[in-house]
Amino acid sequence: MMRNLLPVLTVVLAILAIWYLAAFAMNRAWVMDQAARAGETPGLAQQIAATMNQDRARLPAPHQVAAELYDGIFGKKITSKRSLVYHGFITLQATMWGFALGIVFGVALAVLIVLSRVADLMLMPWAIISQTIPVVALAPMIVVLTNAMGAGSLMVPKAIIAAYLSFFPVLVSMVKGLTSPDAMQLDLLRTYGATRGQVFRKLRLPASMPYFFASLKIAVAASLVGAIVGELPTGAIAGLGARMLIGSQFGEPMIMWAALFAAAILAALLIFAVGALERLLNRAMGAQPA
Amino acid sequence: MTETRLARIALPAGFGLAVLVLWELAVAAFDIPPAILPAPSDIADAFARSTDILWIDFRQTVLKGALSGLVIGAAAGVLAAILIDMSGFLRRGLLPVANFVAALPIVGVAPIMVMWFGFDWQSKAAVVVVMVFFPMLVNTLAGLGAADRMQRDLMRTYSASHFQTLAKLRLPAAMPFIFNGLKISATLALIGAIVAEYFGSPTRGMGFRISTEVGRLGIDMVWAEIAVAAMSGTALYGLVALVERGVTFWHPSQRRG
Repeated sequence: MMRNLLPVLTVVLAILAIWYLAAFAMNRAWVMDQAARAGETPGLAQQIAATMNQDRARLPAPHQVAAELYDGIFGKKITSKRSLVYHGFITLQATMWGFALGIVFGVALAVLIVLSRVADLMLMPWAIISQTIPVVALAPMIVVLTNAMGAGSLMVPKAIIAAYLSFFPVLVSMVKGLTSPDAMQLDLLRTYGATRGQVFRKLRLPASMPYFFASLKIAVAASLVGAIVGELPTGAIAGLGARMLIGSQFGEPMIMWAALFAAAILAALLIFAVGALERLLNRAMGAQPA
Repeated sequence: MTETRLARIALPAGFGLAVLVLWELAVAAFDIPPAILPAPSDIADAFARSTDILWIDFRQTVLKGALSGLVIGAAAGVLAAILIDMSGFLRRGLLPVANFVAALPIVGVAPIMVMWFGFDWQSKAAVVVVMVFFPMLVNTLAGLGAADRMQRDLMRTYSASHFQTLAKLRLPAAMPFIFNGLKISATLALIGAIVAEYFGSPTRGMGFRISTEVGRLGIDMVWAEIAVAAMSGTALYGLVALVERGVTFWHPSQRRG
């Protein structure tokens, strides 16, 4: 961990430096254009100053994005329509519903596939195919169908889209985990005269837990992508995805950048939380530290 | 052997067919209006009626947007990984950062790319490049570390140079990882290309068509586009898997019999 600190810090600083240089290069054209119209020739120092705080910069400088983020998160009341906390919470809700739905669906499907050879042959190819179909294409239809079935809010279709992306990592890991006990362990339970149900409860299920937890981090990240993507074609007006759409339509780059980084922060928080939960539960269940 | 191979194809195909038949029957039995859910036969009809439009959209979104972005992004990811791999300092610094970025919702860059590169396919390809780059980088870096010490030592006893070791041992050993990244990227590419169209596109493309046809209640046409998207996605994934089988025939997961 400490060994990597210096290299990681160097890389992060290098990225920031490149970002500043790129901001200068990309915003300079506008500055020069403005100056030419005013009949001035700005010096380098003036150019740099003018490229670093434009309201509609092609590439806002890092400190501008940070300021916008800070203002969006702490500067507004969380009930305000301009608060990133408000929009983040809407997206988080859809993410969590989709995450829960994805876990239930993924685990159920994995159990079915492990218990029945026919289900394995029949469903597994379709599970893979489902992930090669771009969900964004399906999203508007999911909205139409859930509306027809009487879902009043956009939360239901968004959660379904999030679940569509998040069930797959859970399914794959659970199938791997449930089939991870080797022949020796299975034989031992047979000598105890264990039934199929007992083998499942006392051997397969506990053995699958590390695999299950490992899949959750991927699933929660996928679920967030699903929730954001689900806000784009569904006409949502609240949520981080909707914020990006609004920023794009009104030509407000700062809104897009703030929403993008808010989504990144949300993803980092979710992955961190799930990781902490994983360590806690693994320890509670007496797993060997890896 | 032949029996299981038959079951391998017949069972999933039968399941898919059963779903289609049930769908068709349900639409007829419950009198579901076509503005909500058209029957598969109606969708097939719409598909056959508008193959020319579907082809134009396919070319715009899949061939120009997704595929060119996938090729550029994957090549850039592999190349960057090879360069980064040369320096231990860079590898230790970039790998945690790249791993972190790969988990973020990168689709969010779509509106920014549309602002930078305009409405046409270039901005879609740019979104795909950014989305695909990090999974490829992370997987390739992991793959380059896959050859074991013994094999590397053998190359050293042959007095192989860095690039000889790379070309003859480490890149081939990295191939299963690279193809793993490519499979992830293939599905991401289509999502990226279509998402970017929601932020602005010329009057063609699958995302554009879907959003306009939903507005005009041309739901059968939307499903026809979904069918095209599904087939392109599966075909792209299948193509990667096929090439993988040819390139990594030596890997345990590819051996048969």
